[in-house]
Amino acid sequence: MSKVKLLIIEDERPIRSFIKASLRDDEFDIKEAVNAADGMALVATWNPEVVLLDLGLPDKDGLEVTQLLREWTQVPIIVISARGQEQDKIDALDAGADDYLTKPFSLGELMARVRVSLRHRQNASKPDEPVFEAGTLKIDFASRRVWKGQEEVHLTPIEYKLLSVLARNAGRVVTHKQLLHEVWGPAYTTESQYLRVYSAQLRHKIELDPARPKLITTEAGVGYRLKVD
Amino acid sequence: MTNTRPDPDALLQKLQSEEQREHRGRLKLFLGASAGVGKTYAMLSEAQQLLNRKVDVVIGVIETHGRAETERVSTGLPVIGQRPVEYRGVTLRELDIDAVLARRPSLVLVDELAHTNVPGSRHIKRWQDVDELLEAGISVYSALNIQHMESLNDVVAQITGVQVKETVPDAFVQKADEIELIDISPDELRERLREGKVYVPTQVDVALEGFFRKGNLIALRELALRTAADQVDTQMQLYRKDEGIRALWATRQRVLVCIAPNRLGGKVVRAAARIGKTVHSEMVALYVESDRQARRSDEERARAEEALRLAEEMGIETSRRTAHDIVGEILAFAASKNVSLIVVGKPIKQRWKEILHGSVVDELVRRSGDINVYVISDDAQDGPTRRRLPKLTPNTQDNPIDYVVSVTACIVATGLSALIYAHLPDANVVMLYLLGIALASYRTGIRPALACSILSVACYDFFFVKPRFQFSVSDAAYLPTFMVMLGAGLLIATLTQRLKAEANHSVARERRTSALYEVTRAMAKSRGRQEIADAAADRIRDDFHLDVAVMTPNERGRLTPLARSRSHFENDHTEWPVAQWAFDNGKLAGTTTDTLPSAKGFYIPLISGTTSQGVLGVKPLVEGEALDPSLQTLMQTFASGLAVALERAQLARESHRARLEAESEKLRNALLSSVSHDIRSPLTAIAGAASSLLEHRGDADVLAETIYKESQRLNRHVRNLLDMTRLESGTVKPNLDWNNVEELVGGALARSESVLSDHPIETELPPDLPLIRVDGPLIEQALVNLLENAGRHTPPGTHVLVAARIEGRNLALRVIDNGPGISEEIASHIFDKFESFDPTRQGFGLGLPIVRAILRIHEGEAKLEARTPGATFLLLIPLSNNPPEVPIV
Repeated sequence: MSKVKLLIIEDERPIRSFIKASLRDDEFDIKEAVNAADGMALVATWNPEVVLLDLGLPDKDGLEVTQLLREWTQVPIIVISARGQEQDKIDALDAGADDYLTKPFSLGELMARVRVSLRHRQNASKPDEPVFEAGTLKIDFASRRVWKGQEEVHLTPIEYKLLSVLARNAGRVVTHKQLLHEVWGPAYTTESQYLRVYSAQLRHKIELDPARPKLITTEAGVGYRLKVD
Repeated sequence: MTNTRPDPDALLQKLQSEEQREHRGRLKLFLGASAGVGKTYAMLSEAQQLLNRKVDVVIGVIETHGRAETERVSTGLPVIGQRPVEYRGVTLRELDIDAVLARRPSLVLVDELAHTNVPGSRHIKRWQDVDELLEAGISVYSALNIQHMESLNDVVAQITGVQVKETVPDAFVQKADEIELIDISPDELRERLREGKVYVPTQVDVALEGFFRKGNLIALRELALRTAADQVDTQMQLYRKDEGIRALWATRQRVLVCIAPNRLGGKVVRAAARIGKTVHSEMVALYVESDRQARRSDEERARAEEALRLAEEMGIETSRRTAHDIVGEILAFAASKNVSLIVVGKPIKQRWKEILHGSVVDELVRRSGDINVYVISDDAQDGPTRRRLPKLTPNTQDNPIDYVVSVTACIVATGLSALIYAHLPDANVVMLYLLGIALASYRTGIRPALACSILSVACYDFFFVKPRFQFSVSDAAYLPTFMVMLGAGLLIATLTQRLKAEANHSVARERRTSALYEVTRAMAKSRGRQEIADAAADRIRDDFHLDVAVMTPNERGRLTPLARSRSHFENDHTEWPVAQWAFDNGKLAGTTTDTLPSAKGFYIPLISGTTSQGVLGVKPLVEGEALDPSLQTLMQTFASGLAVALERAQLARESHRARLEAESEKLRNALLSSVSHDIRSPLTAIAGAASSLLEHRGDADVLAETIYKESQRLNRHVRNLLDMTRLESGTVKPNLDWNNVEELVGGALARSESVLSDHPIETELPPDLPLIRVDGPLIEQALVNLLENAGRHTPPGTHVLVAARIEGRNLALRVIDNGPGISEEIASHIFDKFESFDPTRQGFGLGLPIVRAILRIHEGEAKLEARTPGATFLLLIPLSNNPPEVPIV
């Protein structure tokens, strides 16, 4: 198995060295860039499989870097944000970043994000799986049927659409704006109350304890994530 | 026992006067017995000498009267141009006080100290200009003739037969640091006059026969010499007082001047001032207003005020009282002030009046006991005012209707009399007429009432006295009846009028007193300077019908309006400087005062204690109307109240600020100790564990876990500090959006999972909860803080319940635990910053303050609802009025 080419665009040396030291040499091939310009040049020349992009770069803000990269590449981008950069983070996600990490983060979280991103990248080239399974949840996309454990649950068309969008992005955060756009259409991207009502209904149908959701988790102020183990 | 120690009051006075003297300019007066003695010449010669010694000396005003030698000696001295003033088509020149103030020389020459300025100037008198210059720290040389001294005014008039209008208060002259007497013998002066050195030759003869008679000059010279000697004596006394050798007068006896509302007032004050100076006693002046004051005309009261003002100008302490027993009040006052001599004036009254009303002076002499009474007699036999008959009712205007009423009263009395005439004795008819007169005088003014009396007598004669229907009288016995009836009628009319006037007077007084009370109360109730000023302005406008402005100084000492009633008269470019002057000098200014009297408004500095709070300006609401003089005193009383109220507000504001500063200082200290403790201890653990790992010592897993946990803790501290700072800075605007309560609770539970792993969690969330419009991440954070607190401060196994429900117009979110609860002491300030009650110091004690701050920016509330058994924290979040519609598909 070939090594995963991972690019870290981050100006803080301690963070770069922590990531480099933590990821195993036999799994990852790592290159570092200390600013946006070098980073983007490396994306073009080196063609990495995952990009870790810090939002607090000295020469360009993360949103702009994401937008520029998304003009020509679908490489998974995981943005790394600090507190106080919430809006930058959401903007970057809306602009096409795959996921985010908030400083300080653990190696476990980093690895989980990287794996999900890689999986989505691999899946992008293959046709969609007809059946999705996560924990007690099972979705049959072909027949549009959903099960909670052994029991089939009946979803309204909107609920089903919402769940399927989350499932297709399983493990990744999907922002409010993206969900509203996908489920209700481009005219509804600010009508967050729709999302609140339907996500609650959906949870009541598929979660064991809707007040302590295990499947559809909330990323406060950002969006939702359908958890995969 | 003789006390040789310096009197503390005297010491204080000395300190104050020295302090004043320190930045006050020095005044040197060149005093002469009369014009022509060479004061100006002497002044200029000395100035030339100073100029040679490089002293910055300038000429402000010099009157050379065309004298050649005087003009010669002034050459070479720099001159500040005089200010041209237009007055009745003539251009006059006056001292340009602003130019002098701007130029700021060390010494300025200002001739003719007693000069009266052209109307429209800043001050009425030149000596006031000089005073302002001295006050500004500029020294002044000035010249003065002896006849211009206020207290000598009468004496000089007696000697020379010329009453001098231009006077300088003695107190001002006494303030001079130096007096130089310019003395030449009368013969020499007359010689100089003849030579034409003093006046132009054409006037010489008149002058030599008039004012410059040898006898006059000798007397004036003596006065001048005596005054100069007195001044030297005073300086000597001051020196002795300074040196603390002994008190000037052992018992501090005083001379009391009684001011009566007659034209003798000024004379009495001047005479008393002279006496006081000779016996070296302190002076006090007293004006006792009778409570039967209705009889006093405004004119009389104005005279009394004038005399009091004169006394104040002479540096005499004044006092105003109201009493029924005037003499008793005077004597009580005298006793309280340790008075040994009372000076009163005795106007010549008609003898019958004296018998009728008694004389205050006689009574005072009789009752004074061991206090001496010095009576100043009225020697001016031919004053124009004396001839005037006393006015009975000065303030009623006759109305034609009043005469109709009088005549009607008379007709009705006649009609009624006609009915009873046949049946009852004559006396009843007379009584009916008297009743008519009484009613008429009650309803009307004095003249209609008198008319009614005369008409009644005539009607009685004509209709009822035999022969009837004729004015002739057969029985001479009726003549006394007519006289008595007329006399009684006149008496009734007069007395009734007086009663009415008294009643009106007391009503007016009552109204003013209550208005004043209202104002004071309004101010007392107000908080803050603006509110106080507004309350004052409103009440003055409504109760006294005056236009008001309250002006306070900005940081640069320029007045800016704080409150005003109607117009913007303080912005009037001609009025504003008057107010500013009043503020800068701490003295009254504007209309009816001596400073800038041509202004429309009356400006009172708001002085409270030692600080000047600003200026109160009042002017009549109707443009061009004069300000009622009695209101001025009232406004001054009122201004002192306002000043105190403003100062109080200022002090309150300052102490509030000081308290806030102390509090923030306390917080800063708490923060510093918190930061140093709560950040350093995890750092110490991390650094220690990491160094052990580097040296491959100890259990690597344990060390790594320590590093991980401590870094988590550090992260939490930093996050809290950041949150608190952001929330407190006031820049955080909640990013309001529709949120699902269940989702917020779920998010919070997920985030606090690690802390609550040993605590069974329950939720009570009704399915029909509406969406709430809040900043989701912030409310979630508030819940996380409460949950983490519950997890950290209760023993493992403690149940934690999160419950939500609608209560009134709020969503009530509760975090309830069944742990040991919270002690009362801690509960009282559990929401305070940096109050960490955790003995293991798990945090900054910022968790709950953050919760409170988050709820506050949502206009909600966070509180500790129950502290035992188990704690219940309650978050109240206001519900939105219009929850959004969501179509269910």
